[in-house]
Amino acid sequence: MNAINLSLSRRQLLQSTGALIVTTAAPVEALAQLAGSAVPAGKPPLHPTELDSWVAVGADGNVTAFFGKMDMGQGVDVAIGQIVADELDVPYGRVTVVMGDSGLTCNQGGASGSTGIQTGANALRNASAEARRLLLEQAAQRLGVPAEQCQVADGVITGGGKRVTYAELIGGKYFQHKLEWNNQWGNPLNVTGKAKPKSPDQYKVVGQSIPRNDVAGKVYGTDDFVTDISVPGMLHGRVIRPETAGAVPVSVDESSIREFKGARVVRKGDFIGVVAEKEWDAIQAAEKLKITWSNAPSIFPDQPSIYDHIRKAPVARHTVEANVGDVDAAFAGGARIVEAEYEWPFQSHACMGPACAVVDARPGEATVWTGSQKPHFVGQGVAKILDLPADKVRAIWIMGPGSYGRNDSGDAAHDAAVMSQAVGRPVRVQGARHEGHGWDPKGPASVHRGRAAIDAQGNVVAYEFMSKGFSRIDMATNESNPSDTLAGMLVGFPNATQHGFGVPAESYAFATKRTGWETIAPLLTKASPLRTGHLRDPVGPQIHFASESFIDEIATAVGADPVEFRLRHVKDPRDIEVIKATAEKAAWKAGPAGTRRTASGDTLAGRGFAYSTRNGTVVAVVCDVEVNRRTGAVWARRFVVGHDCGIIVNPAALRLCIEGNVVQAVSRALWEEVTFDNKSVTSNDWLSYPILDMTEAPESVECVLINRPAMNPRGAGEPSTRPMAGAVANAIFEATGVRIRRAPFTPDRVKAALA
Amino acid sequence: MTQRISLSVNGRVQTIDADPDMPLLYALRNDLGLSNPHFGCGLAQCGACTVHIDGEPVRSCVTPVSAADGVQITTLAGLGTPEKPHPVQKAYVDEQVPQCGYCVNGWIMTAAAFLKKTPKPTDGQIREALSGLKCRCGTHLAILRAVKRAAAIG
Repeated sequence: MNAINLSLSRRQLLQSTGALIVTTAAPVEALAQLAGSAVPAGKPPLHPTELDSWVAVGADGNVTAFFGKMDMGQGVDVAIGQIVADELDVPYGRVTVVMGDSGLTCNQGGASGSTGIQTGANALRNASAEARRLLLEQAAQRLGVPAEQCQVADGVITGGGKRVTYAELIGGKYFQHKLEWNNQWGNPLNVTGKAKPKSPDQYKVVGQSIPRNDVAGKVYGTDDFVTDISVPGMLHGRVIRPETAGAVPVSVDESSIREFKGARVVRKGDFIGVVAEKEWDAIQAAEKLKITWSNAPSIFPDQPSIYDHIRKAPVARHTVEANVGDVDAAFAGGARIVEAEYEWPFQSHACMGPACAVVDARPGEATVWTGSQKPHFVGQGVAKILDLPADKVRAIWIMGPGSYGRNDSGDAAHDAAVMSQAVGRPVRVQGARHEGHGWDPKGPASVHRGRAAIDAQGNVVAYEFMSKGFSRIDMATNESNPSDTLAGMLVGFPNATQHGFGVPAESYAFATKRTGWETIAPLLTKASPLRTGHLRDPVGPQIHFASESFIDEIATAVGADPVEFRLRHVKDPRDIEVIKATAEKAAWKAGPAGTRRTASGDTLAGRGFAYSTRNGTVVAVVCDVEVNRRTGAVWARRFVVGHDCGIIVNPAALRLCIEGNVVQAVSRALWEEVTFDNKSVTSNDWLSYPILDMTEAPESVECVLINRPAMNPRGAGEPSTRPMAGAVANAIFEATGVRIRRAPFTPDRVKAALA
Repeated sequence: MTQRISLSVNGRVQTIDADPDMPLLYALRNDLGLSNPHFGCGLAQCGACTVHIDGEPVRSCVTPVSAADGVQITTLAGLGTPEKPHPVQKAYVDEQVPQCGYCVNGWIMTAAAFLKKTPKPTDGQIREALSGLKCRCGTHLAILRAVKRAAAIG
């Protein structure tokens, strides 16, 4: 996008929306003013069936695309701009992508399941193609030349020696044209027109490594984060959480915060917070407020027994997802059985800052500024907690301190909403560090069991993989219902845990095969610091740590090379290609366990392999680790990552996305474990919840990108997270001969295992 | 209870009345409206709040505002601009480092001070110098590339 179009920076967008609090200007007009194009009134209402809800051509010929999903720093908005530019035949630099504002974009589900391009582009692609078709039709009439004899390039239509620009045809006006809508909201939302989108061989912009739009603003400190939002009359709010999970305030001594200017207590149901004119006063008031809490039972089990708790807990839901052949008979007839159990802890989003939100709740309407990756849904939840109609709440996304799923940002929005409504002024909420780590929704802890039966010839005749753990959707995937937020539960929306987990995603074809999962009840149903929800690649790292470790254990049991063993059983041709390409790039030395091991002094080096799929994307990885046998420290040093996500829209962005996933996944595999005592979570800062630091970062992450131009784009935001823990565990085994079956692979744990 | 404190930030002197024990971070963000330093932890564990005080990287979340009276404070915006970027900022853009970007302030401010003292660092020196910072999105490799690039162009 060029500098002129970038006049619509986040800061200015904010100014425009800030102004909307006190004016009634239609959002698109405010936007158009900023973009320097005159867009008259009369825009059809925001709705999927309206072409004008998806694309606009300004008087200057610049294109604005309205995207109802989100970018969290991986460049999804750039990819959408590339796709729109190709469909409309305009230069990429003339396209601006607007996202994250429920007043300007249709609810395409926000950031969700790596579908930003995979499903999110569909509506934009189809709408842009339809817009081009309409413009071509108009041009044909204007030029007096049949449409099929006209050409389009750079927003200019030529035919019969004459030309007309998009700007001349429609600039600053609306298409007023209906699209077919599939009547779905969120991820599956799609619209279609009469136009057929281009075939991939016609793409010019898709496939280019175009840089991101948000980098300079972050590097020069000129763009706002949600934490920087300030609106007139705004108070600073803090929520006060109990030391013992489940305790509720019984009485409050409001005089204990009298010294802080304007400090007030907000109580609603079991929710308690304070507001003050100044942030520092609010922080101190929250610490000094004298609250008598109820005597809540110390409900959490001793941490070391959490996996026993999971094993013994009653099954809330049992699901078998694959059941091929007579598994039980095959196990009964097997010559020998290989089996193993693996354990994965609760993990925190541990975002760089505790979540922040600003809510301005006014009589009959409200505006929400949130870092949530699903702002439309947050707006719906806030509407419910404020008892407002959904269309009276506008939710505006501003980049927050990181987002990797259902983190604490939607909770902050609901906290701010409750307090803003109570005090009748806009309220900004940001927690302390211990509230971010301590009270964000956690990735679920789980136990995984693999079993395989092997016949006398060494063939796998039966394979079973079962997981048991806390639900990945104790908190729903979005915040559209207050019962899935802390504030909602505290003010009286009853939590209703949903149950979901998952199974390995691969194409291993064994003679018989069963995969499934079981979930258990949450430890505390109401406002729990150990409530569980979606954390990047929900349940993917834990399942595939276990399943890909177990595949290696079977390969070891039959004396096979890990890559050859996988290729023997994997059936999907794309999986086979990715596995082969990755092994080849890494110069994988074939042979049974122990073939890829070296030792030098205290350093034991080894190489591991893993592979997995995710919603149509295939990832394989070779990982080199070094284990210090004296300290137990593991350095995941080098990675070769094979990646097939269909057609690649932006190769440079894809590589950076994969790198980030690898580092975050290695951090989770080596270091991350939420700790707790009987009362609450105790891993409340970066010392008690360490993540990978710079001295431990890999030396290299080499990507083997397999481009499939004929295949629609699949996701990339999460799939390369998935197989990393398994690859690291397999490499540790190769290096040391010791199998680590409990994550994270901390120095203490590895050292103990080596002893 | 409040104290008059003179803050010199990015070459501009402003006076505020504040609780002397209040962390400098809140004075910069709320009293002066300078949002470059971010609240990350309030514990000097992550670096998101880093500013330079007399050229040295300092965690403003644990620095009392009274200790900043009369010193020279520099924030990210004072380090460089798009028109006149600091080499680390330019390298960050070239390498497309940030994802969410919330941590960027701390890494750039720390790396800039480090490169001033160690203009031709080894890979190991860079890693050690930046070991006290957090990045949750996992952009570590891009950060390393950018700091090396900055050293090369600086």
